[in-house]
Amino acid sequence: MEQKKKEQAVVYRQTQRATGVFDMWIETSIAKQARPGQFISVYTQNRSALLPRPISVCETDKEKGRLRIVYRVAGTGTKEFSAYKSGHRIDVLGPLGNGFPLEEAKGKRVFIIGGGIGIPPMLELAKAITDAASKDIILGYRNNELFLAEDLKKYGNMHIATEDGSAGIKGHALNIIETEGLSADVIFACGPMPMLRAVKHYADMKSIPAYISLEERMACGVGACLGCVVKTKEIDHHSHVNNARICTDGPVYLAERVEI
Amino acid sequence: MINTKVNIAGVELKNPVMTASGTFGSGMEYAEFVDLNKLGAVVTKGVANVPWEGNPTPRVCETYGGMLNAIGLQNPGIDVFIERDIPFLKQFDTKIIVNVCGRSAADYVEVVEKLSDQPVDLLEINVSCPNVKHGGIAFGQDPKCLSEITKEIKAKAKQPIIMKLSPNVTDIAEMAKAAEAAGSDAVSLINTLTGMKIDIHKRTFALANKTGGLSGPAIKPVAVRMVYQVANAVKIPVIGMGGIANAEDAVEFLLAGATGVAVGAMNFVNPYATVEVVDGIAEYMKTYGIEDLTEIIGSVK
Repeated sequence: MEQKKKEQAVVYRQTQRATGVFDMWIETSIAKQARPGQFISVYTQNRSALLPRPISVCETDKEKGRLRIVYRVAGTGTKEFSAYKSGHRIDVLGPLGNGFPLEEAKGKRVFIIGGGIGIPPMLELAKAITDAASKDIILGYRNNELFLAEDLKKYGNMHIATEDGSAGIKGHALNIIETEGLSADVIFACGPMPMLRAVKHYADMKSIPAYISLEERMACGVGACLGCVVKTKEIDHHSHVNNARICTDGPVYLAERVEI
Repeated sequence: MINTKVNIAGVELKNPVMTASGTFGSGMEYAEFVDLNKLGAVVTKGVANVPWEGNPTPRVCETYGGMLNAIGLQNPGIDVFIERDIPFLKQFDTKIIVNVCGRSAADYVEVVEKLSDQPVDLLEINVSCPNVKHGGIAFGQDPKCLSEITKEIKAKAKQPIIMKLSPNVTDIAEMAKAAEAAGSDAVSLINTLTGMKIDIHKRTFALANKTGGLSGPAIKPVAVRMVYQVANAVKIPVIGMGGIANAEDAVEFLLAGATGVAVGAMNFVNPYATVEVVDGIAEYMKTYGIEDLTEIIGSVK
């Protein structure tokens, strides 16, 4: 296991990618350790907004010690982050969470499914999966602001759906599978809850494993406060009740293990 | 040489700094960040006689200068706790304070009895959680009920007991006096203040439980005031908490009359907070030439 730490990172570069979506590279030692599907906690400088914001790792440059986060402005914290310029100092905690089980992709036909602001962690994942039989990258967006699509298409067969039909097929990520007649042996997914429910249902019907990355309101991010739990099918080994901590036991779960 | 030792109900702590129940698990998670050997005591997350599921999510939300939580005392139950958490904490040179919760007097007593032969230094009795309907809050808001539950637990407890008081009362000093008269060896305060947040975009409550307990720096002045009132009303030691973020905050509580101080929600903001408070108190003592920390406890009258 890697060592979690809180440290001061430096903003290397920030650009806007879509309406309300920002792309920030930071220089941090966490970059070297972070694995696909993990997240970092980012602290605001507004002392009235104390809790860190959990944001998924989008990409890392291990050599240069840089880590990329792509996030949507959703409130005071992320609004503050979006104004940061190169050189700005920012407190971060990480790497947090379990990450995707890359070994499950070996020799398999893989679906990498991302919806909306659940797309960013799929980039580091798509890069890291190198021994799959095939990779279909299935992305669902609101509209034709296709952030990260250019980055992702280098790593697999790209398929796009938009809610308004302005790019790709009209509909959601899961509609693509049906429309294009795709199939897979294993699924990795991150996105809004309705999408994850659809993925869980699809995987169940096809009897294939799906690893889904969940999100919940968090306080500590390290497993102490029990704020961010998900209902589990079986009694959880740590909590001894049907709840698992998303920040530490997750955020990635085998879909059949969780009640969502 | 400075002396930071304090004594709570016959138990000597190397320094007054502890963790507030529910913000530090049983120390495992934060042991990655801080050396637990440096803490005066670790106060565990509340544990009941059987596992509790806790409340639905969302369980936490941020508020101005603090947060609301309604975890609902999720815990693995005392049997797992004795098997796993106590041996973990025993590896460290720190005192162990187990927070005990229950829905009935019998629940508390069962836990306390199971802990009787365990290497636990003190028991903190949670009769003040605002997030569980029958999580003891009824015991903590009426002096008569508090007195009765204190007596029942005290009669069975092998370790000294600390009744944890709710700030959601008209007169917290009355509650402290009731606990003292019933045999409590110490009191700790404050538990969280009941609050509510509404999500104006979703037009719903921010917490699934609707209400939650407010903690963090936003509540510190209320906590200091209550610690001062209680410390001047009882003779038993007072453990103060509520929004402590750094050593300056902790010293305020000591001056107000607290013998121990606990870091709570700020662990989430700064995982190193506890040890920074320990070091900062020593710095404060050096700066002001204080040789023995007990000199300043309750010195602001």
